[in-house]
Amino acid sequence: MLQIDRWKRVLIWLVCFAFAVLAVPNLFYARVEAHNDAVVAIETKGATPEREAAVAAWPNWMPSGLVNLGLDLRGGAHLLAEVKVEDVYQQRMLGLWPEVRSALVLERDTVGFVNTAPGPEGELHVKISKPEGMAKALEVVRGLARPIQSLSGIGSTDIEVSGQGDTLVIRLSDAEKQATDDRTVKQALEIVRRRIDAVGTREPTIQRQGADRILIQVPGIGSAAELKAIIGTTAQLTFNPVVSRVTDKNTAPGTGNKLVPSIDEEGVYYIIEAAPVVTGEELNDAQPSFDQNGRPAVNFRFNTSGARKFGDYTRDNIGQPFAIVLDNEVISAPVIQSHIPGGSGIITGRFTVEESTNLAVLLRAGALPAELTFLEERTIGPELGQDSIDAGKVAAAVGSGAVVLFMAATYGMFGWIANIALLLNIAMMFGVLSLIGGTLTLPGIAGIVLTVGMAVDANVLIFERIREELKTARGPARAIELGYERALSSILDSNITTFMTAVILFALGSGPVRGFAITLGLGILTSVFTAFFVTRLIIVMWFERKRPKTIEV
Amino acid sequence: MRLRLVPDNTNINFFKLAPVTFGASAILFVASVVLFFVMGLNFGIDFRGGTTIRTESTTAIDIGEYRAALTPLNLGDVSITEVFDPTFGENKHVSMIRIQAQEGQESMSPEAVQSVEDALKALDPAITFPSVESVGPKVSGELIQTAIISVLAALVAIVFYIWLRFEWQFAIGAVVALIHDVGLTIGIFALFQIKFDLAIIAALLTIVGYSINDTVVVFDRARENLRKYKTLPLIEVLNKSTNETLSRTVMTSGTTLIALIALLTLGGDVIRGFVFAITWGIVVGTYSSVYVAKNVVLMLGVKRDWSKPDANAGTRFADIDA
Repeated sequence: MLQIDRWKRVLIWLVCFAFAVLAVPNLFYARVEAHNDAVVAIETKGATPEREAAVAAWPNWMPSGLVNLGLDLRGGAHLLAEVKVEDVYQQRMLGLWPEVRSALVLERDTVGFVNTAPGPEGELHVKISKPEGMAKALEVVRGLARPIQSLSGIGSTDIEVSGQGDTLVIRLSDAEKQATDDRTVKQALEIVRRRIDAVGTREPTIQRQGADRILIQVPGIGSAAELKAIIGTTAQLTFNPVVSRVTDKNTAPGTGNKLVPSIDEEGVYYIIEAAPVVTGEELNDAQPSFDQNGRPAVNFRFNTSGARKFGDYTRDNIGQPFAIVLDNEVISAPVIQSHIPGGSGIITGRFTVEESTNLAVLLRAGALPAELTFLEERTIGPELGQDSIDAGKVAAAVGSGAVVLFMAATYGMFGWIANIALLLNIAMMFGVLSLIGGTLTLPGIAGIVLTVGMAVDANVLIFERIREELKTARGPARAIELGYERALSSILDSNITTFMTAVILFALGSGPVRGFAITLGLGILTSVFTAFFVTRLIIVMWFERKRPKTIEV
Repeated sequence: MRLRLVPDNTNINFFKLAPVTFGASAILFVASVVLFFVMGLNFGIDFRGGTTIRTESTTAIDIGEYRAALTPLNLGDVSITEVFDPTFGENKHVSMIRIQAQEGQESMSPEAVQSVEDALKALDPAITFPSVESVGPKVSGELIQTAIISVLAALVAIVFYIWLRFEWQFAIGAVVALIHDVGLTIGIFALFQIKFDLAIIAALLTIVGYSINDTVVVFDRARENLRKYKTLPLIEVLNKSTNETLSRTVMTSGTTLIALIALLTLGGDVIRGFVFAITWGIVVGTYSSVYVAKNVVLMLGVKRDWSKPDANAGTRFADIDA
C-alpha cells in the first residue's frame, strides 16, 4: 500500500531542510552582505573594528551564500563593447615595414629601391623600382612569414604576399587575422577587467561575448558614462623635462611647452616640455611599494628602449628636475640625483597605499590594444531597482496569499498540504539560487510569482486524479496510490515541455530574460520535486496516523 | 463546504459549438495578422535601436514642454509618454522618452544623453533620470534575429517532443494551438500599441510553455481514454477527456491568474507589459487547449487500430509507469 522507506523519508526531509537553510541568508540580506564584504575586506586589507563587527553580525556556521541581484534590481551600468580588431592589423603592418625594408635592401641589385606606397587600411604596399625583380622580392618577403599553428591546416603563415606590377601587397593571412583578433579581444578584456577591478567595485561581470565583444556589467555604479570613463582612462604616463614651476595658471608656457597642474599641491603649476622623454608605453612592469621613508610609492621598470632613453636623459641632466605626469597632472617633479642606467625607478608622491596600488595597476594594464565601440549602454538607478524589489515583494506576498487561500478553500486539508509544499518550493528556489550564485532579475521575480501560480499545478493534477479514483477504487489508500501513479505521466509531459522553453530562453536570452528563465526552470524542478516527494510523504504520514475509512479531497 | 469551480462529472459537449468557437479563433487570428501588418508593433529599443530615458519628478509633467525643450537638440524622432501607475505616490510623475538611433552612432554618445538631461533639468530642477538605456542598430538587428530563432526553436522542440510522446496528429493540434496563442498575443500588442521588447519575447515563450502544458494534460487523458474505450468514437473520447480534466484546467489557470493579477496590479510599471503578455497568453492558452487543439486532432483523425498491441512502441521513449 502506501509505503515509503524510512531512509527515503529521512532523505526527503533532509533535502528540504538543507535548501531551506540555504535560503535563510536572503531574509537578512543587508546583514549577510555586510558580513561577506567584511570577510573579503579583512582578507585583503586587514581588520578594522567595523569590519570585525560586520563579520560578527552573522554567525560563521550559517551559510552565507546570497542570491545575486541583477542590474535592474540593484542599479548599475551595463555596457556592450565591440573591440575594433582591425586597428591591430594596421599596427602590425606598420611594424612590419622596417623588417621588409631591411630584407629588400640586401637585394637592391635585383629589386632596386624600395618605398612604401599608399594602400588600404590593414595592407602594406611596397613599391620596387625594378619590377622585373618582383619574383625575387616576393621570395624574400615571403621568407619573412612565420608559420602559425591553426586548426585550418598545417603550412599556413602569418602574412600573405602578392605582387601587382611593381607593387608588393602584404597583408595578414585569414588564419593570422583570426588569431590576432582573439589575442586582441583577450587583451582588451584583461585591461578592462584590471581597470574596473582597480576602482574596486563589487562583483563586476566582465565577459567575452561572441568573437569580438565584451559585456561589462557593474552594479552600484552611477551611470554608463561613469563606467566608460573608467574604461577609457588610458593612464597616460609620461616623463617630461621641467621648464619652470609657477603658481599662476595663466602663465604663457611658450612654444613647445605646456602648463600642467600639480596633482597634490593646490595652486602649483609646472611648465613642462610637451615632448616626453619616455612614455608609459615603454613600461615593462609597475608594482606598488614603499620609498626609503616608508611611504607608499610605485616601482617601475622600462623595457630596453625605454631604459636607454631614460638612462641617457638622466645622465645628461643631473641636477635638473623632471616631471612624472599622469593624465596631464604632475604626480611629482623630483630632481635627478644621479644617472639611472638600469631603466628602473620609483614614483613617490603623496599616495595612500590604495592609490599606489591603483596607479601600479593602471600603469601595468597599459593602453587598450584597439578602440572600443559601445553597442549597448544601460544605466539603472538604484532607486528604480529598489522600487521594483518592493513592488515585487508586495505582489509576490499578495499573490501567494491569494493562491494559498484558494487552494485551502478548494481542497481543504489536502489544499493545506499543497500550501506547505508551495512555501517549501519558494524556499528551495531561493536556496538553489543562493547555492549556484544565480542572479535574480525583475523578470525573475515575475518568474517566481508565475511559479507560485503554476507550482500548485502538479498537486492539482494529483488531487483531481485522487478524486476521480475515489469514485472507483477500493478504499482511500488505493485511491491515493493510483492518483499519484496515474497523474505522473501528465505531470512529466507538461513540465518537460515547459522546461524545454525555459532552457531555450536561457540559451538564447541575455540579462534579465535569462534571469526569468532561471527562476522559471528552477520553479518547475522544485515544484515537481515537492509534488512527488514532499506532499506524498506528508499525505502518507497523515494516513498512517489517522487510518481514515473515507477521505475528502 | 468546499469551493468547486467546476461541478463533478461535467458532461459538456465542447464540439457542439465547434464551428463558432473554431471560427472565432480563426477570425481573431486573421485579425491579429492583419493588425500586425497594418498597425505594426510598437517595437522597443531592443528591436529598433535608440535610447529610452526614464524621468521622474515631483512636479507634474507637461509633455508639450518636454518636447519643446528637446526639439532644439535635433535628435530626430523623439516620443514622450507619461507613465501612470497605481503604485506611484501622489508626487511621483514618471515619463518615458524614446529617441531614435542616431545617425552614424551605435549607442547614444554620453554627450548627447547629457544634453537631453541638461535641457530637461533647465525645465524642471527636481527631475531625476532613474534609467537610461541605449541600444545600437547593430545589436537590435541581432536581437530580432535571436528572438525569432528562439520562438521557432521552442515551437519545433515542443512539436518534436509531442510527436515522440503522442501521435503526429496531436503534435499538429498542439502546434496549431500554440501559433494561435502567439498570434493572438501579438495581435493585442499591435492593437493597443503596447511596447514590444525583448521581455515580451520571453513572455511569448512562457505562453508557449504554459499553453502546451494545458494541452498536454488534455492529450494525455485522451491517449489514456483511447486505450480504455477502444470503440468509442474519437469525438466522444476527446470530449470525455476534456470534461475529466476540466476541473484541473480551471484550477491551474485560476491559481496562475490569481498570482499574475497580483503582479499586474502591484508589481510596478517596469514589468507591466511583460506580465500583461503572460496574463493574456494564459487566458488565450487555456481557451485554445480546450477549443483549438482538440478540433485539429479531430479533423486529422487518429489511427484507432489497436490490434497490434504495441503499434507505437517505437515512437514513445519514456513510458513511465511508476
